[in-house]
Amino acid sequence: MQDILFYVFAALTLVCGFLVVANPISRSPVTSALFLVLTIVSLSGLFVLLHAFFLAAVQIVVYAGAALVLFLFVIMMLDLKAEERRRITRLGLIGGGLVAVAMAWLFRVVPREAALVASGPAHVEGSTPALGALLFTQYLLPFEAISLVLVAGMVGAILLSRKEPS
Amino acid sequence: MDLLERLTPIEQSVTFGALKVVGVFAIVMFLVAYAVLIERRVCAAIQDRIGPNRAGPFGLLQPLADAVKAFLKEDFMPAQAHPVYFWLAPALVMIPSLLVVAVIPFGSTLGNPDNRMVIADLNIGILYTFGIASLGVYGIVLAGYAARSKYPLMGGIRSGAQMISYEIAMGLSLIPLFLLVGDLNLGAVIDYQARGLFGWLIFKQPLAFAIFLVAAFAETNRLPFDMPEAEQELAGGYNIEYSSIKFALFFMAEYAHMIAASAMLVTLFFGGWTLPFFGLDQPASTFWGGLLHIGIFLAKLLAMMVLFVWVRWMWPRFRYDQLMALGWTRLVPLALGNIVVTALWLWLKAG
Amino acid sequence: MDSQLSQYLPVLMLAAVAVAATAGMMILSMMLGKLGRRSKAKDTAYECGMIPVGNPTPRLSMRFYLVAMLFILFDIEVIFLYPWAVVYRRFLEHPAMANPILFSMVSFLGVLLVGYLYALKKRAFEWRN
Repeated sequence: MQDILFYVFAALTLVCGFLVVANPISRSPVTSALFLVLTIVSLSGLFVLLHAFFLAAVQIVVYAGAALVLFLFVIMMLDLKAEERRRITRLGLIGGGLVAVAMAWLFRVVPREAALVASGPAHVEGSTPALGALLFTQYLLPFEAISLVLVAGMVGAILLSRKEPS
Repeated sequence: MDLLERLTPIEQSVTFGALKVVGVFAIVMFLVAYAVLIERRVCAAIQDRIGPNRAGPFGLLQPLADAVKAFLKEDFMPAQAHPVYFWLAPALVMIPSLLVVAVIPFGSTLGNPDNRMVIADLNIGILYTFGIASLGVYGIVLAGYAARSKYPLMGGIRSGAQMISYEIAMGLSLIPLFLLVGDLNLGAVIDYQARGLFGWLIFKQPLAFAIFLVAAFAETNRLPFDMPEAEQELAGGYNIEYSSIKFALFFMAEYAHMIAASAMLVTLFFGGWTLPFFGLDQPASTFWGGLLHIGIFLAKLLAMMVLFVWVRWMWPRFRYDQLMALGWTRLVPLALGNIVVTALWLWLKAG
Repeated sequence: MDSQLSQYLPVLMLAAVAVAATAGMMILSMMLGKLGRRSKAKDTAYECGMIPVGNPTPRLSMRFYLVAMLFILFDIEVIFLYPWAVVYRRFLEHPAMANPILFSMVSFLGVLLVGYLYALKKRAFEWRN
């Protein structure tokens, strides 16, 4: 059952992710944004299957519920029209091929080096109290640093959108 | 019952799960239909009118008549609209509103002590509701975009901005509760409140209740904060170009959201299915005790829904700038202050 | 499948029921509702019965971008507060952990308060012109 659900969610993630960037039917940015929402929802399904329940909720609340709403707002604000289909150039083909080879190499090397495959699914670690306990002891410094990043984001957003004083 | 005993435990839990899903879905849809009737009758009483009383005794068949009417209306789509988004938007509003109720315990147990009356007893409880509720924004913004006309676009993006603004206040207002309870699971929140009337969190966290209530009104897009409708002074909102069942779906979603918000209020602040008398705050040992708990929950739920309706017909509407200012410059600092005060109080108590 | 994971199965069921019901209603309405005659006037955008004026997709205020951006930042803050709230009382039980757990969040909120006050000062939350 778990295996079936894993394959369903993984396939959904990949298909929706593909449709975000290379949708053969619609080139509208709104469609891309909506498929990105679906990608994130299926990703959070994968997190649930890994027992990372808190992270699954964070995926939905922060990415699907907040970040993509901003995307949608910006698309509507700029009134972006459907993107034109670009011609495939030789340079693009070579670049894409290189990236594909590099990715394939990474997929071969990284699991071996990081022993990601051997560790298996985490069981208790995904629960919220366990995560909180780690966050506020071992990872306290990164946590405090996040507040600075958030403030920098606020200041940046306000400065960018401020009207020039006339 | 013979048939049930022949199943394996897993099959039994799946069967019960499916029964609960169907039961809750049916009850929510029934409540959605009758919430409209309650709204119209209460509104009529407040405005000294009679209200719908023709269809069946006391107008009890009115929801049926409304549904038939919605289905038979012309399913019109203006020529300038994006067809796919235009169809998708009402569905995207409706589906999350039906999913929110999944984590709310609507009773203790029924018959068997393992058969807990909640669709999904998730550890992350409250975060699930926030996540699903935040997905409701897409339908509204998309509905505004799909119609390709000024008023829907403005209405949709305004409603979207309103919903996300009050989500912050809503999320912050509940932190003090979870400081006290120490668990995100909503069953644990009810267990915490099962210690007498003054164990109810409304008496321990009245400020959190007030902020959450205001945010809930804004999230459900209901009156003091009903920018999308504002039918007396604006043309309307994201739903202007819609007709027939697609238009009705937006309103059904609003009522489903109202039911979900009422259920959340009951669970978080009014002790859920418990009553502090006659030992009704302990899980039921008999089948009838279980039914009684469901009845208590539904009675509290109805009381909250009547509160929502009452507020709608008694309060004037906020202006958009007042609404945004209230959310960001009043509720957010109040909620933050409440968190710090609660945390300090617990810290002092611990010594 | 362990107990917590199995709790997510009914969520999927409910999602399936919700999708099926919504789709069913829309299909039923499409089948039952009769389409009237289309006319040019009926196809125009609804602007209170007047002939539509100007660009159908007007420029939107920059404030919507700002509010969405601030929403993301505050949402991240809120999401960090939840694990903190859950472990808070458990940490308070150990005298050595009581001060760090309080002051870690007080400093986190303090830094964010600076950002909030900056936004307030720059009138980021004001919608009046």
